[in-house]
Amino acid sequence: MSWLDKITGSKLVSAAQRTRNVPEGLWIKCDSCHAALYRTELERTLEVCPKCSAHRPIRGRARLQQFLDADGREELAMDVSPLDPLKFKDGKRYKERIKVAQAGTGERDALIVMRGRLHGLPLVASAFDFAFMGGSMGSVVGEKFVRGAEAAIQQGSPYICFSSSGGARMQESLFSLFQMAKTSAALAKLSDRGLPFISVLTHPTTGGVSASLAMLGDVNIAEPNALIGFAGARVIEQTVRQKLPEGFQRAEFLLEHGHIDLIVDRREMRDRVHRLLAIMTHGPALASGSAAP
Amino acid sequence: MKPTYLDFEQPIAELDQRIEDLRFSTAGRGVDLNEEITRLEAKSRELTAQIFGQLTPWQVAQVARHPQRPYSLDYLQHLFTDWEELHGDRHFRDDPSMICGVARFEGRACVVLGQQKGRDAKERVYRNFGMPKPEGYRKALRLMQLAERFHLPIFTFIDTPGAYPGIGAEERNQSEAIARNLFEMARLRTPVIATVIGEGGSGGALAIGVADHVIMLSNSIYSVISPEGCASILFKSAARAPEAAEAMKITAQDLLGHKLIDEIVAEPLGGAHRDVPATMESLRLRLSAAFEGLRAMPMTQLAERRHQRLMSFGAFELVPA
Repeated sequence: MSWLDKITGSKLVSAAQRTRNVPEGLWIKCDSCHAALYRTELERTLEVCPKCSAHRPIRGRARLQQFLDADGREELAMDVSPLDPLKFKDGKRYKERIKVAQAGTGERDALIVMRGRLHGLPLVASAFDFAFMGGSMGSVVGEKFVRGAEAAIQQGSPYICFSSSGGARMQESLFSLFQMAKTSAALAKLSDRGLPFISVLTHPTTGGVSASLAMLGDVNIAEPNALIGFAGARVIEQTVRQKLPEGFQRAEFLLEHGHIDLIVDRREMRDRVHRLLAIMTHGPALASGSAAP
Repeated sequence: MKPTYLDFEQPIAELDQRIEDLRFSTAGRGVDLNEEITRLEAKSRELTAQIFGQLTPWQVAQVARHPQRPYSLDYLQHLFTDWEELHGDRHFRDDPSMICGVARFEGRACVVLGQQKGRDAKERVYRNFGMPKPEGYRKALRLMQLAERFHLPIFTFIDTPGAYPGIGAEERNQSEAIARNLFEMARLRTPVIATVIGEGGSGGALAIGVADHVIMLSNSIYSVISPEGCASILFKSAARAPEAAEAMKITAQDLLGHKLIDEIVAEPLGGAHRDVPATMESLRLRLSAAFEGLRAMPMTQLAERRHQRLMSFGAFELVPA
């Protein structure tokens, strides 16, 4: 079993594989309720099952495209590219793993940052791409995240990050660990300038990413049923030698324990994040935004 | 105290045993073997120097985890006076794996904190093997903010396998506890000096490690995940930890080379536990020098310097899209 499976369970991978095996425009089976879903319908519902509301994983770039207004999106820090500072090699060279991930995803690394608008409200948004080495945080992710925060400071706007990550990128060892401090420091600066940071934790967000930027939102939001935690379930089970409670480390568990502010359905994400940010920045409400969700 | 020898120290152990035997056999017999003993002792030192001169990263990890290695409280005892331990996170409970308090370093008031491991079976459990829970990190943050309020510098001592991965720790949001410390330490308006004295285990170490000056003892390690953890994930078997230790560049020498730490304090021959007073004296000199350098700095300059230092971490290249 790969380390990626260990973190996420096999669901995510099998979902991706299944999607790949089905020709476009055909039926897709929901992993959760097994309902047959029409491809174009799923696109319309932002990859949320219309029958059972299971949130299927989505890629980082798609996330920002569906979240930001279609007009005026501009990608930032596109030139930041990975290196192999430690000449790391396990079964495979890290350099080789980067190449494979780049070819497989079309991304340079696991974070995408864009400047744009949300219902007209200017902001900077970043999103992890779990398909790129499990969304692991190495030097590029850290640097791009920081540049996103700095762009937000420069234009005096809020910053939002959609996380989905297995944690630190082991192949960069201490460089990777220190990205936790680097990203947190950038958020401290943003906070000192009085600008809001919203963290949206999506399935799965664990390890070094949850133990740094993802838990530091002025508002922490999770998608339904997202797995969120510090340590992996297997490590905890081996340490405490007891069965983990039902729903452990799921978004609902975190809400109950007071770790996150709210759970938001992906289909409502734009409207509800806008509502929050408009209030936090003393901006106008949406014309249609008076009713509670 | 008789030293505990690690596997790779067995040749030294055998030699030292021979010296011991000779001493015992000469006692009260009027035979003078002093010359022979002196010769063997020199040989033992030579052998130790030879073995410790070429330790593999995995062997360094063994020294960093040596059961006789000085722990945070040993440093407190030797390097600080007027120690008052302060307890608890004010919300849930006290965490004995994280010790925090006020003290004096060379007469100057300061705050000291560090992870604490246990010496015997009972104390190891009490100290939770040096693995803090969220309340430990929150206690540390409380004391760091106290330090800021009263203009006290902070000395931290890092020695942990990692933050505790347990059910309760997750329920009380271990992630947030660590993240909050990183966030607040980045903007703390008082000097922070961190020393890795043994194991610098991942986020659990970094959560008291965001500092203006980072020192590592020469046989300490600092890594994103334990060699065993990395081996079981990337190398498919925890038994391949020596390879993972090599690949992850966990030694002080490697990390200094990558400019991820500021300086190394050399341990006595055979490791810090072989001559604790000498270890303490070497570190005292360096802590003193580092503190003097930071003390002279205006606070705005110190804050900006720390921010720039954090921003500088990372290895990437800029390639036009």
